[in-house]
Amino acid sequence: MTDILIHALLVILMPPLLLGVIGKTKAAFAGRVGPSYFQHYYDLAKLIRKGTVISDTTTWIFTAGPVITLAATLVAALLLPLGNHAAPIAFAGDMVLFAYLFALGRFFTTLAALDTGSSFEGMGAAREATFACLAEPALFFALITLSRMSGTLSLSPMMTNLSVSLWFSSGAALLLLIGGLFIVLLAENCRIPFDDPTTHLELTMVHEVMVLDHSGPAFAYILYGAAMKLFVMGAFFINIALPLKSGNAMLDWGIFILLMLGLAVAIGVVESIMARLRLVRIPQMLVAACILSGFSMLLILR
Amino acid sequence: MTDASFMKTFYNGESLPLDAVPEVKLNDFLQAIIDAADHGWRISALFGEGTGPELTLYAVLSATGDGLIGVMRSRCNGNFPSITPYCPQANLFEREIAEQFGVVPEGHPWFKPLRFHQSFRPGYDAWGRADRSAILPGITDFYRVEGDEIHEVAVGPVHAGVIEPGHFRFQCHGEEVFHLEIVLGYQHRGIESALIGGPKPGTLHRMETIAGDTTIAHTWAHCMILESLAAVHIPAKAEVLRGIGLELERLANHTGDLGAIAGDTGYLPTSSYCGRIRGDFLNMTAVMCGSRFGRGLIRPGGTGFDCSQDQSDELLRRIAAARADLTNAVDLIWATPSVLARLEGTGIVARETAKELALTGPAARACGIAMDVRQNFPYGIYQMSQIPVVTARSGDVYGRTLVRWLEAEKSLEFLEEQLSQLPSGRYATHMKQPAGEKIAVALTEGWRGEVCHVALTDKAGRFSRYKIVDPSFHNWPGLAMALRGQQISDFPLCNKSFNLSYCGFDQ
Repeated sequence: MTDILIHALLVILMPPLLLGVIGKTKAAFAGRVGPSYFQHYYDLAKLIRKGTVISDTTTWIFTAGPVITLAATLVAALLLPLGNHAAPIAFAGDMVLFAYLFALGRFFTTLAALDTGSSFEGMGAAREATFACLAEPALFFALITLSRMSGTLSLSPMMTNLSVSLWFSSGAALLLLIGGLFIVLLAENCRIPFDDPTTHLELTMVHEVMVLDHSGPAFAYILYGAAMKLFVMGAFFINIALPLKSGNAMLDWGIFILLMLGLAVAIGVVESIMARLRLVRIPQMLVAACILSGFSMLLILR
Repeated sequence: MTDASFMKTFYNGESLPLDAVPEVKLNDFLQAIIDAADHGWRISALFGEGTGPELTLYAVLSATGDGLIGVMRSRCNGNFPSITPYCPQANLFEREIAEQFGVVPEGHPWFKPLRFHQSFRPGYDAWGRADRSAILPGITDFYRVEGDEIHEVAVGPVHAGVIEPGHFRFQCHGEEVFHLEIVLGYQHRGIESALIGGPKPGTLHRMETIAGDTTIAHTWAHCMILESLAAVHIPAKAEVLRGIGLELERLANHTGDLGAIAGDTGYLPTSSYCGRIRGDFLNMTAVMCGSRFGRGLIRPGGTGFDCSQDQSDELLRRIAAARADLTNAVDLIWATPSVLARLEGTGIVARETAKELALTGPAARACGIAMDVRQNFPYGIYQMSQIPVVTARSGDVYGRTLVRWLEAEKSLEFLEEQLSQLPSGRYATHMKQPAGEKIAVALTEGWRGEVCHVALTDKAGRFSRYKIVDPSFHNWPGLAMALRGQQISDFPLCNKSFNLSYCGFDQ
């Protein structure tokens, strides 16, 4: 029960902090002080209190988009075990639901973008759909590999089964796997080198441009949902990359939180030392991610 | 030389009696411009003059090879044949003449207003619009590519960043840009028409704000005009201080651009450092004259401020520090493969295109065109101390970035040399009245490229016409060409690599 409570609290409270840590890391590289670690909480609080402007030409899809996306991400967060603790919801085959909850969220974000009729948002939706097509196989190859390793179709036993010793027995497969997953993690969460979350240039955006017309609370849901997606995918990555186990339940939570903060720093470092890829290069990187996790699957199946 | 046969030639910063400007028949005048352009001359200015039914066209052409400036004029009753199809660099000049004087360049391939204002001559309008009718900027025809798979993307005039207004319309096939059309004019202030009858008390301030980031280059060109009309020679110290001001302006803007280019590729370290270092250079200008943008530094007859030993020591100290910081910040770009991969091959302008459009400044030099007013038409301190011209060959964003950095290095060397040996003596001399019935031409090298001012005076020594050509006027079409066949997502980066002025164009 305590674990479920901690799981829920972390899922709800921690995501904006990760963005704060990424921001601080980038600021340190640029020689700036940077906004506070808690800036994203303030931003959300501000947006929630604002009014919303909704264009006359949009339908219910436009307003439903952010809500459905946030809800889908929240459910996905409840399917994923965090830090060696089983997830609140687990059943055989939940890994497929996990993957498609993100797809559902993306589907509605894209529809809401198309609903506005703006040429920018249409462009962003086209880009998002293209990149998602390529990111999805990489994620599925990874899930199949993990399923094969653990002999289960449910995320909770799949993840808790992983341990450091696995790195000695099938290190090559895991290395390929986390290489592919890190690319998917950055691409799915619109981080550099795939997208620039800080840019104001609408023509270069992928994800940001799709939500240009949302404002106030709806925009807060989108930002919160995006932060939560980063949290969930980050936790998925951490579970595989560093399956550290102490045996003590509370200590495991502590290790998990530290690892997540470490991951945020790592993302911040990547964003600081790299420029964005040219848009035409992004599909190539995603295909590379597919190949990495595909080969990882081959290594396990052989 | 044959191509200059119709023209009267002289040197940068000189003036001539108006009578000395040869008057040529209209067809010969236009043919001479085409021929001169074919022989490598650039149109520095092509403009109309006159209030009555008859219009006089003036052409100011410049030859980079021998530093000559050629002028000629022609009378024009009503419409004239367009030379744009044969000489693309005349495109915007012809549209400008049409808009200002209500005459039509017949056969112009894409005849539209430039700045959306009333013509200078009431009752004449090239598009047959009623007198005093409201003319709204951006309300015009746009080039369209037809087809099911073509989509149009319109950006601006209100932008996401805090920048000036301009409207961009892309004809795209998926992510690929077939055509980009740029519409400006939102910031037209009517500077040229306000200058008729000048110089007035506010004239100098207008010059300083034609393009706020090119204050020194424009004010310098204006002062050169006034000094040559009044036959005043300014003290040596003033020449040096003007050069220091201009190079500081170049450094501040090039630094800002290098940072902005890095920022657009999403590379934060250089972007953040350069943002601060740009401020350092602006503050150095403030050490000289109290204004970060060089307002009040250049005054007819010299400069507005002296530069003491303490000030020059302070500047030298700051320049040494800024040079070290800037080198560090920019070296990060050259050492990061992902940034270089983003810059190389993006927004290529072919050398031939750059020549045909008569691009200027870093945009032209990035295409391998060795053209720099400081070198080709030396004026002021650049007659004594020359700054080498830097070129690149690739013509892409990388080339424009590289040229900016190398130019910044050369400017830093120039500053250190000049500040360590400031001449003594006065920094300003007494101005006299401008002479009447003269034409004066001044070219300066602003950080964006060639700034051209031309003044015609009446009998009383007042301006009967004052023509200003900002480098952005030449370079906006270059940006449109750079985008052909490129990805639409590369537009912001290409735009930043040109970093053109909206208000300088709109005036």
